[in-house]
Amino acid sequence: MHTHVHVAGVDLLADVFGALFHEADRVLLVADLHLEKGSSLARRGMLLPPYDTAATLAKLTLLVARYTPRHVVALGDSFHDREGAARLRAPDRDVLLNLMRGRDWIWLAGNHDPTPPEGLGGVTAEEWRLGPLTLRHEPTMGAARGEIAGHLHPVAIVAGTAGAVRRKCFVSDGARCIMPAFGAYAGGLNFRHAAFAGLLTAGRRVAHALGRDRIYAVPEHRCLAGA
Amino acid sequence: MLDKSLQGLLPKSFLDWFAMRGWAPRSHQLELLAHAEAGRSTLLIAPTGAGKTLAGFLPSLVELAAAPSRRPRLHTIYVSPLKALSVDVARNLEIPVAEMGLPVRIETRTGDTSASKRQRQRRDPPDILLTTPEQIALLLASPDAATLFADLKRIVLDELHALVLSKRGDLMALDLARLRRLAPGVQTVGLSATVREPDELRTYLTRRADPPAALVVAPEGAAAHITMLDTSERLPWAGHGARHAIGEIYAEIKAANLTLLFVNTRFQAEQLFWDLWRINVDNLPIALHHGSLDVGQRRKVEAAMADGRLKAVVATATLDLGVDWGDVDLCINVGAPKGASRLIQRIGRANHRLDEPSRAILVPANRFEVLECIAAIRAAEEGAQDTPVPRTGALDVLAQHILGMACAAPFAADDLYDEVVDAAPYADLERDEFDKALDFVAHGGYALRAYDRFAKIRQGRDGCWRVSNGRIAQQYRMNVGTIVEAAMLKVRLVRARGAATASRSTPVGRGGRMLGEIEEGFLETLLPGDTFIFAGEVLCLEAIVDNEALCSRSASDTPKIPSYAGGKFPLSTYLAAQVRAMAADPRGWALPEQVGHWLDLQRERSALPPKDAMLVETFPRGGRHYLVAYAFEGRLAHQTLGMLLTRRMERARLRPLGFVANDYALAVWSVHDVSARIAKGAVTLDELFAQDMLGDDLEAWLDESSLMKRTFRLCATIAGLIERRHPGREKTGRQMTVSTNLVYDVLRRHEPDHLLLRAARADAATGLLDLKRLGELLWRIRGRIIHKPLIRISPLAVPIMLEIGREPVHGEAEDAILADAADVLVGEAFAADAVGTELG
Repeated sequence: MHTHVHVAGVDLLADVFGALFHEADRVLLVADLHLEKGSSLARRGMLLPPYDTAATLAKLTLLVARYTPRHVVALGDSFHDREGAARLRAPDRDVLLNLMRGRDWIWLAGNHDPTPPEGLGGVTAEEWRLGPLTLRHEPTMGAARGEIAGHLHPVAIVAGTAGAVRRKCFVSDGARCIMPAFGAYAGGLNFRHAAFAGLLTAGRRVAHALGRDRIYAVPEHRCLAGA
Repeated sequence: MLDKSLQGLLPKSFLDWFAMRGWAPRSHQLELLAHAEAGRSTLLIAPTGAGKTLAGFLPSLVELAAAPSRRPRLHTIYVSPLKALSVDVARNLEIPVAEMGLPVRIETRTGDTSASKRQRQRRDPPDILLTTPEQIALLLASPDAATLFADLKRIVLDELHALVLSKRGDLMALDLARLRRLAPGVQTVGLSATVREPDELRTYLTRRADPPAALVVAPEGAAAHITMLDTSERLPWAGHGARHAIGEIYAEIKAANLTLLFVNTRFQAEQLFWDLWRINVDNLPIALHHGSLDVGQRRKVEAAMADGRLKAVVATATLDLGVDWGDVDLCINVGAPKGASRLIQRIGRANHRLDEPSRAILVPANRFEVLECIAAIRAAEEGAQDTPVPRTGALDVLAQHILGMACAAPFAADDLYDEVVDAAPYADLERDEFDKALDFVAHGGYALRAYDRFAKIRQGRDGCWRVSNGRIAQQYRMNVGTIVEAAMLKVRLVRARGAATASRSTPVGRGGRMLGEIEEGFLETLLPGDTFIFAGEVLCLEAIVDNEALCSRSASDTPKIPSYAGGKFPLSTYLAAQVRAMAADPRGWALPEQVGHWLDLQRERSALPPKDAMLVETFPRGGRHYLVAYAFEGRLAHQTLGMLLTRRMERARLRPLGFVANDYALAVWSVHDVSARIAKGAVTLDELFAQDMLGDDLEAWLDESSLMKRTFRLCATIAGLIERRHPGREKTGRQMTVSTNLVYDVLRRHEPDHLLLRAARADAATGLLDLKRLGELLWRIRGRIIHKPLIRISPLAVPIMLEIGREPVHGEAEDAILADAADVLVGEAFAADAVGTELG
């Protein structure tokens, strides 16, 4: 169900749902929830099934039950657009408020949601420190050890004889980590794409790919480039 | 023989023109004219070269000649499945029009027609418009459709036998229904190659309430002279390349004037072209033609062919449907033709002169294909055809049409429903289903009505549905049609990175020539440095940048990545039955010695697969246990069978590891000894192959299947749920893109009975999964499975066993692939520790 990932010497649990958990401080990290992406696209005539927010929150509910975190840090792009929080349907809003109750909830700013979500409470910030770790939305070029970010939605593509498998993944080189997108409609970008260049040490990158019930650590050279 | 009264239907100027050309009007041309005069729609069945196209246009030309001072209005629309065909037909039609001095304006309209010309055509339409089904849909969705089509007299549908088999045929049928409303009394003329059951096509051409279209059948031309290459080489057991016969093929090319070489896939075309040039000591002008090549390159080949500058062309279906390409006197089909009708049509293409028999040679690529080729030749001699399966109109196409109609003008649901059920594929559409499609178009059709305020079409106070805003209409126009292209990457030739010591990060120059396009899915499986054949060269993948694959010429002449060589079409039901009969009783057929010997050996060592039962062999090999089932139902049905059978074997604790399928058989390998389990009575083959595998097992597997996800993506695109990828626009549209796999997962969990999921399941059943044939197979073999437990592989099993490693292996779970890749890391980790210890 989960595996250990070390970032700058800090031991974190990587959950198969695509979240990180800091056991000692009971902090749960999730990135790129993209809540209300369905309704955001619907405004432009793309009427995707309106169940993505419910699906994302259901997964988050399971995680909160699994780890009972004291703090939850959402690493930005929690809502797909600035009006996303206002479009939450009442039942979804209730689920979210219920999750937030009784724990610290930190909304880090993302490029999709640079402003705090309206009427939900929680703390908003640009960055968050967790011991030697710095949590932020966009990974920064040449940043120090200990950065954990989202934004890029990494996936790994692994070839087998039956064809290639494409899965969301954590990418880490031991010093820094980029988290997978958590949202039900959040797509992915191959971590071997140029957008990832220079962020982690090439050749030392490991993709922690999300399998059905466990995480598989796949070395970079076993992952395909391509689209 | 010709009825004089029919002759009277042609005006003198036309008769003079025929005489001037040294021709006489053919009886089917005149019959068509008579039916047109009587106001009847007509289906013309004629072999290629019988003057089919002229026959289709003759009534319109006669009418237009008689009314020279018409207002500029559309009189006749001609619809063909191919842009190239419209252009060619236009050229051929201009000749009689010019020579008779007819006051007729003919124009084409395709996706390539300039925007200004398209606009002008709506204002000032030609008399005859040659176009595609997509363009008709676009014209019908415009507000001026009613005026534009008001005086339409005739719609000519070419290649009708092919059109009705696809979603394009569904779309065309819906458009026909609309055209009949706009222009009551409009006649339809269907042009078709020979089919076994023409009634299906006759119904397609008319309204439900009217009698089916009249039928005119032109006499068949001289029978084709088809032979099978009698190779003196050793016949391969497996594979599709026919490399063994390359020398003999080359000799045939040399002896003929112009040879067309047909293969089934682009990869096979590349391979054959490559193999021919390797032995082309005479430097014969041999060219390559397939749909992935750059358009400019294709046009060059076509021109060279028409000019008689070529000796041979290796081609795929792109030429298959094409037109008159000069003086072809030999047609070579490499690999088995997979269907009897396809063979006959291909050969028909090769020779457009009816009075001379076409000459064709079939080159089987392996031993099973020998049986298939013999069956196909016999079918061609008997004029037997594969029976096309009639379609039930697809729901995704209906959804697209509904939106288009809302873009044209406000409509009442009752009226549109009545119109839609006039389209033959939708004749049985329930009102409830239509309403669901309407709901889908309006607000997505979800039980959770979350999108009412974003509705694409809305019902006004007058009860009519209209499109919500201009942007929705724009979206419709950008996404019209039923052909969803696979994601393609452009292949660009660049200079090699140079010395092997150059680092991976060296940038690659980008200025090179464009070679064509190749499926993203294929390139995804390559690593930089891998070599493969494309555009007749061995290329080395340098990098993928944006939507271009940068490749350099490779010095190697053996590509590292074997092209996927399996056929695109599965073996047709008709040929499959023939092959089964042949394999059951080989003595009744004149088989080549090698094949006869092979089957004799099979009879001795195991058994010949019986005609109405299924032979299953089980044997051990290399530490694994194999089960081979000779089902003869085509590759797609076998793949589905493999998926379902392995699930069952899993439950029976046989621990299956994987399977491969070809057109004739299925091979599954497992950890446990199937023969022993059967002997002990722990499991029976009747249980393993029981029909109920099409129930729960199928449902469970379908939901997870990548085939299903692919099918869903196509349906979602056609239905307008997601937008098409338009080349060059991906970047700006990045925020709009969403992975259909993710949408599929969410939808199937929250609303498993949604219209789009039902549409996708229906497609999967007839398309990639071929459930219909699998169902028929399981029914046919109930209680009729012959089991041969063997101690070693049988002669008949060799071909399918050789496919292992060549064809993709199925049944390996996705997570197993990840686990396999992850284990490497564990291995390396331990190795690193070991090194550390040593150093320590």
